[in-house]
Amino acid sequence: MRWRVSYAPMDVEQAATATGQDTAGRQSHEGPGTGARTGTAQQPPSGPGQGRAAADYSGYRVVAAKHPWRWVGTAVVALGVAAVLWSLATNPRWEWDVVAQWFTAESVVRGLGETLKLTVIAGALGFVLGFILALMRLSASPLLVSVSWTFSWIFRSTPLLVQMLLWYNLGYLYEKISLGIPFTSVTFFEVQTTTLVSQFAAAILGLTLNQAAYSAEIIRGGILSVDQGQLEAAAALGIPAWRRSTRIVLPQAMRSILPTAFNEIIGLVKGTSIVYVLAYSELFYTVQVIYNRTQQVLPLLLVATLWYIVITSVLSVFQYYIERHYAKGAVRTLPLTPLQKARKFFTIRNNAKELT
Amino acid sequence: MTATLAQAPAATRGLVEITGVHKSFGALHVLKGVSLTVEPGSVTAILGPSGSGKSTLLRTINHLEKVDSGYIAIDGSLVGYKKRGQSLHELREKEILKQRTEIGMVFQNFNLFGHLTALENVAEAPVVAQGRTKAEARRRGLELLDRVGLLDKAAAYPRQLSGGQQQRVAIARALALDPKILLFDEPTSALDPELVNEVLDVIRELATSGTTLVIVTHEMGFARDVADTVVFMDQGQIVESGTPAEIFTNPQEERTKGFLSKIIEPAFNI
Repeated sequence: MRWRVSYAPMDVEQAATATGQDTAGRQSHEGPGTGARTGTAQQPPSGPGQGRAAADYSGYRVVAAKHPWRWVGTAVVALGVAAVLWSLATNPRWEWDVVAQWFTAESVVRGLGETLKLTVIAGALGFVLGFILALMRLSASPLLVSVSWTFSWIFRSTPLLVQMLLWYNLGYLYEKISLGIPFTSVTFFEVQTTTLVSQFAAAILGLTLNQAAYSAEIIRGGILSVDQGQLEAAAALGIPAWRRSTRIVLPQAMRSILPTAFNEIIGLVKGTSIVYVLAYSELFYTVQVIYNRTQQVLPLLLVATLWYIVITSVLSVFQYYIERHYAKGAVRTLPLTPLQKARKFFTIRNNAKELT
Repeated sequence: MTATLAQAPAATRGLVEITGVHKSFGALHVLKGVSLTVEPGSVTAILGPSGSGKSTLLRTINHLEKVDSGYIAIDGSLVGYKKRGQSLHELREKEILKQRTEIGMVFQNFNLFGHLTALENVAEAPVVAQGRTKAEARRRGLELLDRVGLLDKAAAYPRQLSGGQQQRVAIARALALDPKILLFDEPTSALDPELVNEVLDVIRELATSGTTLVIVTHEMGFARDVADTVVFMDQGQIVESGTPAEIFTNPQEERTKGFLSKIIEPAFNI
């Protein structure tokens, strides 16, 4: 109670000093300086709108802060980009005509198809298996936890190249694969390993299992980021465990899973090029074969690069919309998509035109 | 209207019998032999200082926490266990889930599913846990949202609702399974003071519906108004229980007196 009583007059004094300082500050341009601080504090405030009560600013125009350096920065960046583009267009050593010639060549497009096939299959299987591994790792069963842990441990600690070659050369290690009862002579069927594990099968096996090990950790991280209360509430409502994971937890985990998952998939698009060790003719291997023949190394690498850029760009658009889908409920209002923004921009313009 | 609501229950279902329950988390002995009978259709308020084991006791009733010893029975059937001969066998997950559909729970932090709308939150469990059709669950969901005064918010996501509204949706969600028993774990503790009453009003309305209510709360006035039985817990034990009049105006135990004086007196001093 006491502080309140004594504070009121002090408040007045301080305010007076404050306006006084303000006046002193302005006077200092002409006068001797700020030494007269207490002296000026006694003077009545000069001019209108300098009083203690908040002035009425309702008639004033609000001027937004200006950022001149942003314009300078933009100009510098634009100049740099222009210079790079100019050099790309004018330097004949890039051999754009060769790039254009091979860009849609039949063999390249076929290689591209193989790359996409490997990415889609290994990506999808990898993430499904990864989801199961993540659930195993988070389960209450010590057996499942250790199986999942060991899987990730093995496939994350061996080079993908080695895994790939091992799968492909499985026929050397085990000539025949048979299904039967271990340690007895009972067998149900038997096949030659080499007929079972083709180039394609080896590539898919290697990429999928490796991808599963990494995506398991990504998905586990996402699941851990969801509040424990969500699981409790679902359990209290009698919702079965599998449904709890897929309907309640996973959709909410998606928000933190997606950015990293797309990193992985984009990595996988280019990572599929490792199947060259199996002489599997996907995009990169095809390009290599061509330039070994024609000696046009740089332009053909550009062909592959441009296709990778195209795929990544398409994936990035997907990523944007998928992330937006899962943001539903996590943010109060979803921001407009670029398309919606554009549409809004043009409708406003049209409305403005109609008005004038 | 109120007469039919009061008659409807007939108070035949929702008997909770807690007998000698112990529960420890590591070295922490949270429940030390708690026994309590909650009559069908009655309203029981559990009071006590934080850390007294109130919430844990509530969570053992629907087997969210497994008890270390002792047992809990609802309408005569054991929660989480099956009697076979002279031994108690732990139930399988599926059977536990089935039991839980008879016991609704409302949490302090609402725990609404953030990616589902209010209506989807309410209509989810009846479909997957009770095998009702989607259309039926939606119709019933809308009815319940109407009952808690949020029919116009059916399409809203939890984040677009105030705390009080979220808690009312959570109550509707718990009611969707037609539970015999509703457990409230400090339902208003996470709410701004001006939002508390809208939730308490809904619970007050439920008190006359014949569902057994067990409410862990710090709202003394509410407990006094609504509860049939007030239970005071401290340090993992029930110190005393009785009618609100007995507990609030004439507490027998020193610990109860101490707690009530701390909670209620400041309110008079303001």
